[in-house]
Amino acid sequence: MTEKAFTSEAALKRLKKRRGKEWRFRLWGRAAIGFALAALAWLLISIVGTGYTAFQQNFMTLEFELSESVLAPDGTRDPEKLRGANYRRIVQTTMYELFPEVTDRKAKQELFGLTSASGATNKLRQMVYKNPDLIGKTVSVTVPASDQIDQLLKGYIKRDTDESRRKVSDQQIAWADTLKERGIIKKKFNRILFMNPDSRDPELAGIASAVIGSVMILVVAFVLAFPIGVGAAIYLDEFAPKNKFTDFIEININNLAAVPSIVFGLLGLAVFLNFMGMPRSIPLVGGMVLALRVFPTITIATRSALQGVSPSIVDGALSLGASHTQAVFQQKLPLAAPGILTGSIIGMAQALGETAPLLMIGMVAFVTEVPNSITEPATALPVQIFLWSDSAERAWAERTSAAIIVLLVVLITMNGFAIWLRNRLEQRR
Amino acid sequence: MGQISIYMMLLIAVLTIGGFVYNRSSALGKFRAARAAAGGKMVSSAWHSQASYHGYFTAWLVALSTLAVFIIGLVINGQGMVFNGLWLAAIILTALGVTIITGRKVSGTFRARTYVERFIHGLLICLSVIAVLTTLGIIASLLFESLRFFREVPFMDFLFGLQWSPQTAMRADQVGQSGSFGAIPVFAGTFLIMLVAMAIAGPVGLMIAIYLTEYASAGVRKWIKPAIEILAGVPTVVYGFFALLTFAPFVRGFAETLGFSVPTQSALAAGVVMGVMIIPFVSSLSSDVINSVPQTLRDGSYALGATESETMKKVVFTAALPGIIGAFMLAISRAIGETMIVYMAAGKAANLTANPFEAVTTVTVQIVALLTGDSDFDSAKTLVAFALGLVLFVITLILNVVALTVVRRYRARY
Repeated sequence: MTEKAFTSEAALKRLKKRRGKEWRFRLWGRAAIGFALAALAWLLISIVGTGYTAFQQNFMTLEFELSESVLAPDGTRDPEKLRGANYRRIVQTTMYELFPEVTDRKAKQELFGLTSASGATNKLRQMVYKNPDLIGKTVSVTVPASDQIDQLLKGYIKRDTDESRRKVSDQQIAWADTLKERGIIKKKFNRILFMNPDSRDPELAGIASAVIGSVMILVVAFVLAFPIGVGAAIYLDEFAPKNKFTDFIEININNLAAVPSIVFGLLGLAVFLNFMGMPRSIPLVGGMVLALRVFPTITIATRSALQGVSPSIVDGALSLGASHTQAVFQQKLPLAAPGILTGSIIGMAQALGETAPLLMIGMVAFVTEVPNSITEPATALPVQIFLWSDSAERAWAERTSAAIIVLLVVLITMNGFAIWLRNRLEQRR
Repeated sequence: MGQISIYMMLLIAVLTIGGFVYNRSSALGKFRAARAAAGGKMVSSAWHSQASYHGYFTAWLVALSTLAVFIIGLVINGQGMVFNGLWLAAIILTALGVTIITGRKVSGTFRARTYVERFIHGLLICLSVIAVLTTLGIIASLLFESLRFFREVPFMDFLFGLQWSPQTAMRADQVGQSGSFGAIPVFAGTFLIMLVAMAIAGPVGLMIAIYLTEYASAGVRKWIKPAIEILAGVPTVVYGFFALLTFAPFVRGFAETLGFSVPTQSALAAGVVMGVMIIPFVSSLSSDVINSVPQTLRDGSYALGATESETMKKVVFTAALPGIIGAFMLAISRAIGETMIVYMAAGKAANLTANPFEAVTTVTVQIVALLTGDSDFDSAKTLVAFALGLVLFVITLILNVVALTVVRRYRARY
């Protein structure tokens, strides 16, 4: 009888339906994972695909004749005076000599447009400033090609589009190809990207000032956030009496970890800049704001690391006559160190990627010099990415993606190091 | 903070270390002398504190007193830009005085360790209080600036007004400038983008959590979990750039093939990218919650003949619901407070619309737009940013506190 009840047509149908539901449910789970991984892959591929070409750039090696009649008609060798000399003229002459047959004014201008005008003149100016004796000599110098030519030779400006719809003329394309054949234009590793500060010209813009700014901000943030974060955790976990005030501190720290980062920017603006009168755009203020942003993360990580240490360690120390403070600082803390370090590195990685609070304290300034101290205007790598992303040109998109690749590599290294450290130190125990 | 301040700090550090070394060795010397006097038969525990505690005791006092003198000098000198011989002498003399006086106190009965531990406790309490001070600082600065704003624009007009165009109020002669600070379109835009983001992150994150905790083998979980967590580690500005460069044009192209005309900046583009960013928050928080549902509940359900998915939907999910709601609330708080994605991909025009294909603006976008560039801090245009910040802080605070309480209470139940 019962056998029949479970094998009846209706029951089998129900069973099939239920198994189908089960199968579909699992499929949904796999689809969700697939969606997340596909999104991650799309993000990475799109950025790496746009950015990897920026690590190489087209440079021109040219012979510049630093003729005295142009640079120093009065025969001066004073470096300060030579700064204002007409280097543009030299670059123009050199470029025109590449194709002597060009005489038309407009064509000459286009020819000059093959090279990075400010890149070439600045380089010559620096060389002459350092060594005025170069005047009258001919020097061989490698200067960047203009961003349009760079994009053309990398294949991003399509040759078959109509001439009026691209920024490079047919004539310029022909010249660029000839120069490439003659070996004057060559693709090389892009040192500019890493060594230069920001610039208005994409072919000259680099992330040096942003990287230095980010390092300074992180150092300030770490110096402030690490003692605060760890100290607060030790107090709450080991010494605090269980009362309302301790609970209040605890709720505060948990909540601070979830407050939107832009609110910390508003705090920095109102307190550090407006109330205390500190200057805008400096890494010191940036570091202070980010320290407040990340110390709750460090506190939470430290507390869970401290709670993970077996209580028998402290009991052992106490029974041997150590004071409570000695037991905590000399026995418990070293054992919790891997967890604390991992939490701190993850907190620092979080600080490195933070953009919005830095915008609030004015770190969006256009900084063309590498900062020397934490009280000089600087920018940070994510802010630099944000600033560059505003420009629509293809050359900027390439450079922005390259900066993002650098940022992601650093972040992955930091997180990887944190995991490696934790595994290594845990093994040793 | 001039260069002089840095040198002074270095000097204080050197003096502190000097105090430590001096008194530690003087304590060692006195102990050895006492032991020699006792015929070498004294045990080390005859002294209350170890020699290094005498050193620490001095170091603490030196550091505190010289810092006090340093700060007094800073106040008198004004920003510490001027070098002052008297200031330098005062710091050095204080350090020497403290070192010598504490050096005299070194003896077997002096409880240096007790004092040092009290100092440490005091320092730890101070560090914990910084957390409270940060919260108070946030509330005070937001309230202070917001109140200045509400003196110019009535509170109700701000909270319930339908017109948002703060830029027009820049001109003082503008008629009816107070009417342009109605924040409803901004709130509506924030809400719309949050809905789009949660429509992505909610189901996807939850399904990932369920699959990884209930179905996936340990080997699969070991690889998939960190891969998904990478999504949480990517800086938001990178998501913003992705939305701007790749995803928004994709959405536009897709909508155009369907016959819609869509602006490049749209609530949909920003919301979907933000949703992807939030997936790992939802999935890892929900995993914790689902994991803490006791196995006995599942076993009971299986014993009654339920399939795994039926157990999941009807037993585990129901039991975990409070915790999952908490996780969603934290994710919502995250979505509301997110800045860079929306700033780069959602637009700055305040449209009061429910159509996700249109450009909308959010609270965070407006804060950034109003406060970058312009540094005139008395106009209503900049002060309104703090009022928006206050609203943002209050809403996320409520969401966080409620969510944390719900999750904690839920954990306590099992």
